[in-house]
Amino acid sequence: MALTKEQIASKTEELKAFIATHKDIDGPLMPIMQHAQESFSYLSMETMTLIADSLGIPVADVYGIATFYAQFSLKPKGDYVISVCQGTACYVKGAAAVLDEVKSQLGIGSGETTPDGKFSIQDTRCLGCCGLAPVMVVNNDVYGRLVPEDVKGILEKY
Amino acid sequence: MNLEQLAKIREDGQAVAAMRIATGLPGTGMHHIMVCGGTGCTSSGSNKLCELFVSEAEKQGIAEQVKVVKTGCFGLCALGPIVIVYPEGTFYSQVQAEDVAEIVESHLVNGTPVARLVYEDIGDLQLPEGHSPTLYDTTFYHKQLRLALRNCGRINAEDINEYIAVDGYKALAKALTEMTPDEVIQTVLDSGLRGRGGAGFPTGRKWMFAKAPAPKKYVVCNADEGDPGAFMDRSILEGDPHSVLEAMAIAGYAIGADEGYIYVRAEYPIAVERLTIAIAQAREAGLLGKNILGTGFDFDIQLRLGAGAFVCGEETALLTSIEGNRGEPRPRPPFPAVKGLFGKPTVINNVETYANICQIILNGAEWFASQGTPGSTGTKVFALGGKIKHTGLVEVPMGTTLREIIYDIGGGIPGGKKFKAAQTGGPSGGCIPAINLDTPVDYDSLKQIGSMMGSGGMIIMDEDNCMVDIAKFFLEFTVDESCGKCVPCRLGTRRMLDILTRITEGKGEDGDIEKLEAIAEDLQCSALCALGQTAPNPVVSTLRYFRDEYEAHIYQKRCPAGACKALLQYTIEPEKCKGCSLCSKKCPAGAISGEIKSPFVIDPEKCIKCGVCMSTCKFNAIVKK
Repeated sequence: MALTKEQIASKTEELKAFIATHKDIDGPLMPIMQHAQESFSYLSMETMTLIADSLGIPVADVYGIATFYAQFSLKPKGDYVISVCQGTACYVKGAAAVLDEVKSQLGIGSGETTPDGKFSIQDTRCLGCCGLAPVMVVNNDVYGRLVPEDVKGILEKY
Repeated sequence: MNLEQLAKIREDGQAVAAMRIATGLPGTGMHHIMVCGGTGCTSSGSNKLCELFVSEAEKQGIAEQVKVVKTGCFGLCALGPIVIVYPEGTFYSQVQAEDVAEIVESHLVNGTPVARLVYEDIGDLQLPEGHSPTLYDTTFYHKQLRLALRNCGRINAEDINEYIAVDGYKALAKALTEMTPDEVIQTVLDSGLRGRGGAGFPTGRKWMFAKAPAPKKYVVCNADEGDPGAFMDRSILEGDPHSVLEAMAIAGYAIGADEGYIYVRAEYPIAVERLTIAIAQAREAGLLGKNILGTGFDFDIQLRLGAGAFVCGEETALLTSIEGNRGEPRPRPPFPAVKGLFGKPTVINNVETYANICQIILNGAEWFASQGTPGSTGTKVFALGGKIKHTGLVEVPMGTTLREIIYDIGGGIPGGKKFKAAQTGGPSGGCIPAINLDTPVDYDSLKQIGSMMGSGGMIIMDEDNCMVDIAKFFLEFTVDESCGKCVPCRLGTRRMLDILTRITEGKGEDGDIEKLEAIAEDLQCSALCALGQTAPNPVVSTLRYFRDEYEAHIYQKRCPAGACKALLQYTIEPEKCKGCSLCSKKCPAGAISGEIKSPFVIDPEKCIKCGVCMSTCKFNAIVKK
């Protein structure tokens, strides 16, 4: 979901305040970037520049971290982020077929967002609820013991 | 808080604590309803159950006699949500919202447990006359020995007083007031405790290396549990977070550190929340911070969240990540005990390792060393997953055989299928075939048969799982997660994956197996960190035990397990086909043709192997080979 100008302005102010209170802790960069990621749902060039300037480090360092860790995204994510667990327990119980079904239903691949900005698919390795394998999560809703035929009905709820 | 106040809280909570472990005690005249609040049960709606129990007890006028407690993981995740009612110790499984009113009315008001929901599979266990089975008599629990998980499911993880009641912070008090730092280290050393994160390095030795005087030191907890299929660390953090905080403080006292960090996966929101609460409560109670228990010892803990990089489970990469860098490993030596976090001497242990420390201090090194085997003392928690009846967490003494874990505790393979292999150690481990089912599970035996303990993920596979495909699955994982710093790992894992992909697609060539073996050897001896050095293990171990499957893929273009899509052929058995045409209507590729009422055929050239025809056919006339 695209943020309005006002939202961006207020979130930027809030991020600046967060940086001010955190820039003197040991190893401040990751907690600040995680806060920004959560607040904006992605890290824009502007956000990364702001963080780099506030900490007095090159933007390349911030970018390097943003691209290293899976949690950071350089593009906005959809309103609903879908994760189909591809951990071992889910995999041996057929999670690959569930993920394929989600991809074909939405017409996008892993790490992509539908053109209307509604759904994103995110790669996930083990959500830790192996008792429910195979598992898929849409934002915070967990769906367990899935077969590919369940996917359509689940997506229709959103 | 001082020592007397700590003892007072413990005494006040004793009756409740005792009731929740030995069933049948009168307790406090109240019913305690323990609802599992672990990730698995929460996902199947346990939070709602807590609310419903409270409101239903009110409605039926017994709110005063009932306490609803949200606990950590009970372990039997396959049958969640789990609810245990004390003092009887009645074990309810798969409790749904609509069952709550019945449990309250029948069990709590009228004293008759709801039989249809009680889980009491005790196998062939003989119980004394008149003794009704409790949770601990069930096949799932009977052979378990819960040390690291002792408080999971027994206390409310968000209430520090409940932890204190089960001897919480007693070990820290003992260490601070009755032991010297050297005695603490010696006790851990004598206990034989080895790191539960995977490699099995003796914990006491790590602590000893870090004890040389230095102006600043750190204690770090590795809670970046990244092995797919392993979730014991998460369960400990969710169910018993204080045990980790307490053990870290003890480690701090032993080596002379005043600051600790916990690095936990961001993918574990419940664990992060409970840790945050636990740290705040411990600080408020004066059990973290300055002058702990009036002894003059200072220690505080900070939380750092991971950001989704598997390599950060490697200790030097984790430290680099806390420092705010890309989580790339550093060459060792120097080891963290000499030069660790921010360049200072650092002790870094895994969650489950810390969860054992307090009991070692309380009960002594000898007591701990008497559990398990001489080379691997104590217990190990395993996360059972995959094709097994009782998916969940089990804790057994080291040296228990795989057969006992899989069949006695795990309930065996569902659907009458045949056991094929157990995968232990995640992407760094290997597959153990049926001939090794009687191997005792400890660090050294597992290594001998080509696998490793790892963090304790144990994924069970049946005859439908293709071992080449599983090896490929793990290589995909390591290719994704390789940080790219060293060439052997960055390129070696990629080349191995390319070859495996070819093999599973039916394009395998003579010589591929030898190439895989050569690259594996190179990686094992030249990669920078454990991630790369162990990445070939899934391939090496499957080649060792299931070489015939690789050969069938390469030379006969056939997948014996019927799992590799590209190698499958769907065919219609003419004698079973009634010619109803349903499959040809459903086929998205238009690959099936025929005349009504006579057998249809599949054109293998057009077939995309989606399997729709097979699931559509009412006469089981379609087979894949």
